Amino acid sequence: MVVENIAFGLLAAAMVAAGFRLVTTKNVVRAALFLAIVLGGVAGIFTLLGAEFVAWVQVLVYIGAIVVLLLFGVMLTRAPIGKEGDLDNDQRWTAALVALFVLGSLAAVLADAWGTQEIKFQGVQRTAAVSDSIFGTYVVPFEVASVLLLAALVGAVALARRD
Amino acid sequence: MYLNQFLMLAAVLFAMGVYGVLARKNGVLVLMSIELMLNAVNINLVAFGAFNNNVAGQTFALFVIAIAAAEVGVGLAIILLIFRNRASVDIDEIDAMRG
Repeated sequence: MVVENIAFGLLAAAMVAAGFRLVTTKNVVRAALFLAIVLGGVAGIFTLLGAEFVAWVQVLVYIGAIVVLLLFGVMLTRAPIGKEGDLDNDQRWTAALVALFVLGSLAAVLADAWGTQEIKFQGVQRTAAVSDSIFGTYVVPFEVASVLLLAALVGAVALARRD
Repeated sequence: MYLNQFLMLAAVLFAMGVYGVLARKNGVLVLMSIELMLNAVNINLVAFGAFNNNVAGQTFALFVIAIAAAEVGVGLAIILLIFRNRASVDIDEIDAMRG
């Protein structure tokens, strides 16, 4: 248990630091790299929770695909950005206030609801069980998700192509 | 390990995502902040899955990941289109629908 807690502490510290830099940095490319750190940390947290398959999907889909996609977006919209201090709007303090309020209320509710209940690990949740769940109980949402992905693909192409 | 340590970490990430969405001007950075919030939700789903020893949490997390991928694709296409039409990705300048 001690090892898990140390691992959790390291991951959480790295994720919070990288997430903070992600929303405050002046450089868009660095923000994408900080996002990659946070996503890797989330994959580590999934592993700690015994969700191997989700952790690797996280690495493949998020770090492998979404970060690269966002970097392409940065590249293709590069022109006028990059000046110092140009990335934040003038409602920064209001935004910080709202974020702190969200954090405070969430933390209060969570502390009240779940207190010091512990997760009793029953070992790794097997990928076979996950697939049984997806293709058994949740097969209709799965099919809907594939139709949604197709629609998003067609929509993205239709939006982005120039003619 | 406590359930709450995962939930609190997710709450911190979510609040940072909220800040990013509200305070950033660049459209791509807003998308990144949205990803941060979606990941916080995923941590919650998987943590509750482990807490209840139920695999549905992981299934929902996978669905969220799939939908986040679709969202980023369409979102980047929209931002690209805005950039092409206005030569800027400053979200504050996009107020054509203001009443």
